[in-house]
Amino acid sequence: MSGYPISIQESIKKLEQTRSFRLTQEIPRLSFSEREQLLKECHPDYRPDSIKEVRVGPNKGERLTNKLADLLEAKSSLKPDKIDLQFIDHEVDILVIGGGGAGVSAALIAQERGASVLLATKLRIGDSNTIMAEGGIAAATQCNDTPERHFLDTIGGGRFKNKKDLVSALVHDAPLMVEWLKDLGCMFDTHDNGDFVVSFAGGQQRRRVHSCKDTSGLEFMRVIRDELYNRKIPVLEYCPAIELLLDEEGKSAGAILKNIETGEHLIVKAKAVILATGGIGRLHPCDFPTTNHYGATADGLVIAYRAGANLLHMDHIQFHPTGAMWPEQMLGQLITEACRGNGSHLVNINGDRFINELETRDTVSSAILREVKDRGNGIPTPTGKEGIWLDTPLINIRGDAGKLDRMFAGIVHRFNEYGIDVRKEPIMIFPTQHYQNGGVEIDSDARTSVAGIYAAGECSGGVQGINRLGGNSLLDIFVFGHRSANNACEYVKKVKVGKLSLRHITEYNRQLDEVGINNGLTSPILLPDYTREAVKIKSYN
Amino acid sequence: MEEKLVDINVMGKLYQVPEGLTIMTAMEWIGYKFTRGCGCRGGFCGACGTFYRLPGNYKLQVGLACSTKIIPSMYLTQIPYFPSQKALYDLDEIENPVKALLELYPEIKKCVGCGACVKACPQNLRPIDYIAAALRGDWKEAAELSFDCIMCGLCASRCTGELVPYNIALFVRRYFSKSVRPKPKHIIDRNKEIREGMFDEAVKALASLSEEELKKKYDLREFEKL
Repeated sequence: MSGYPISIQESIKKLEQTRSFRLTQEIPRLSFSEREQLLKECHPDYRPDSIKEVRVGPNKGERLTNKLADLLEAKSSLKPDKIDLQFIDHEVDILVIGGGGAGVSAALIAQERGASVLLATKLRIGDSNTIMAEGGIAAATQCNDTPERHFLDTIGGGRFKNKKDLVSALVHDAPLMVEWLKDLGCMFDTHDNGDFVVSFAGGQQRRRVHSCKDTSGLEFMRVIRDELYNRKIPVLEYCPAIELLLDEEGKSAGAILKNIETGEHLIVKAKAVILATGGIGRLHPCDFPTTNHYGATADGLVIAYRAGANLLHMDHIQFHPTGAMWPEQMLGQLITEACRGNGSHLVNINGDRFINELETRDTVSSAILREVKDRGNGIPTPTGKEGIWLDTPLINIRGDAGKLDRMFAGIVHRFNEYGIDVRKEPIMIFPTQHYQNGGVEIDSDARTSVAGIYAAGECSGGVQGINRLGGNSLLDIFVFGHRSANNACEYVKKVKVGKLSLRHITEYNRQLDEVGINNGLTSPILLPDYTREAVKIKSYN
Repeated sequence: MEEKLVDINVMGKLYQVPEGLTIMTAMEWIGYKFTRGCGCRGGFCGACGTFYRLPGNYKLQVGLACSTKIIPSMYLTQIPYFPSQKALYDLDEIENPVKALLELYPEIKKCVGCGACVKACPQNLRPIDYIAAALRGDWKEAAELSFDCIMCGLCASRCTGELVPYNIALFVRRYFSKSVRPKPKHIIDRNKEIREGMFDEAVKALASLSEEELKKKYDLREFEKL
């Protein structure tokens, strides 16, 4: 029995009919210039309304993804004159903001090196995009692979906009990070002899993604979180940073946290701050659904920007080619690239493929948008949307009958809840917002442009260029989690922090007034608001 | 088109919501704004474990609010947090894992095999089986049987022996992955090369190329076969 409505079962039959042909079909990869052409025609980044100019702050005059620009032009949610900075609640060497993979790894390394550390996070430790990452971590660990190959793939994937020193750091540290995770007790997929199983990701010329089934991020997160507890590192949950503190010289001096359960503010004095606040997906750039965590609201970008740190590449958002399109309850949720890396095809309503499935994400997403919007080859859902098939049964056909259960247990389970057996039927997909590509600009020591403020993971910018490759994000968080901690530890040995100040907030508000900006918003927003209009109206706020 | 509304009962209070929503989106439709009980919204993070019953049925049912469709007339409560014991340990210091397991989690012996945990698992795992495997010292079995755990806490809330199965499982998996499974030779060799700087010159040379030269190299890459 099919788990799909009768209206779309016809197109599944077509997909089944073309399967044997498709298995022999080679679709050549696009050249770099052909890819650029496709992106400019079809990628959401190039829609006229996707970016807008930001009129204040370090990136003044640049065009950024529009919902971020709005939050940068919002007033601080804090009233600086109401805060008495004399009452310090916590004083530490290093404050880590964010409880995902970058933040927790930074806290572990910083404590190992002898710094006093406090980790503050908006929700629970582990509430992050890390825990939702499926595919795995990229590293050149195989004998047919090298860091140079990984470098070339990453920088080409990023459309040559990546900062080269960051990419060099990324590919250099990659195999070390895999070993670090193995030593902590992460349960990687292995062959019978214990060697790591590696898979393809789009745009990678070698199999180099190391996975833990299709819940790699969950596995890494629960292990490093467990280690954080074992080492008794102090943690404040439900306490997002709502502004950074500087001293009179403009150096990092800590942050103001807000307990979102009680409304109480906490002042943390710290010699260095490591921002690891993650992404932007819950702002829904270009009005797409998102794969991101509930807390992905760009808080770190907003507070770093007000403190004077510049952003990089925030005009390019990553849309993952394969977000779930059916059932509606799963709309926008991630279907890992590893499905394509293990041989699934993308198939239109006629049963045809239309792109090499292992092109980079920007390319595949653009090709899907072209197939559906321009060529009318999407498969209509009963609710008036359109999607493309991801032929998951091919994974077992090309591998063995148990491969989906073994390597994609999460997907099998989640679709099974809705009566869809992905071993027998394809998954309906459509692009979904996935990653912010850019962020707070860092150097290879994870330093931002403000002394004492470091950034790691998705909130940082430069390493991924303007399009990230699959497998490079779980890598990025650990490489720059480690690097930020190592360098912050050196920095705190030497620095003297002066008097705490929020003058930069007052000054930022003044600049907004000067330009005459009053968009009625305050930021950071901390959580998205999914309240219906009908309820909002009746709350009379 | 008029949306068809159905009754659901959230912590004892009756609401009408459109059919087809998940428990989470239904609560948001009502007007709840989550700080607890909501995390990844995709079935990974364990923030939104939920118990519910249906009228006329004594069976207690479970689901994740983010990925369970509402059922008309269901009455539900979320369990965003459940108190749990987590033993502290240093994996490097564990010599006798069975002894360590019994010392860290002595309550593991109180598992009477009642199976309440199985009924409470929204991931359809069988904690009873992985606990039994751990007690037998079958680390591989216990690790594999527990791998899909999202640590939502529902098993611990129902355990008659007062175990926290998911924390026991995490210890077992970490020990198994670190110490029982061998470290692959290919990773040891590669990291020796990395530490010796074997690739540094080549990466540096690549990084010094102009964008045009890099683009040429990029287009000429030869891909490993799928």
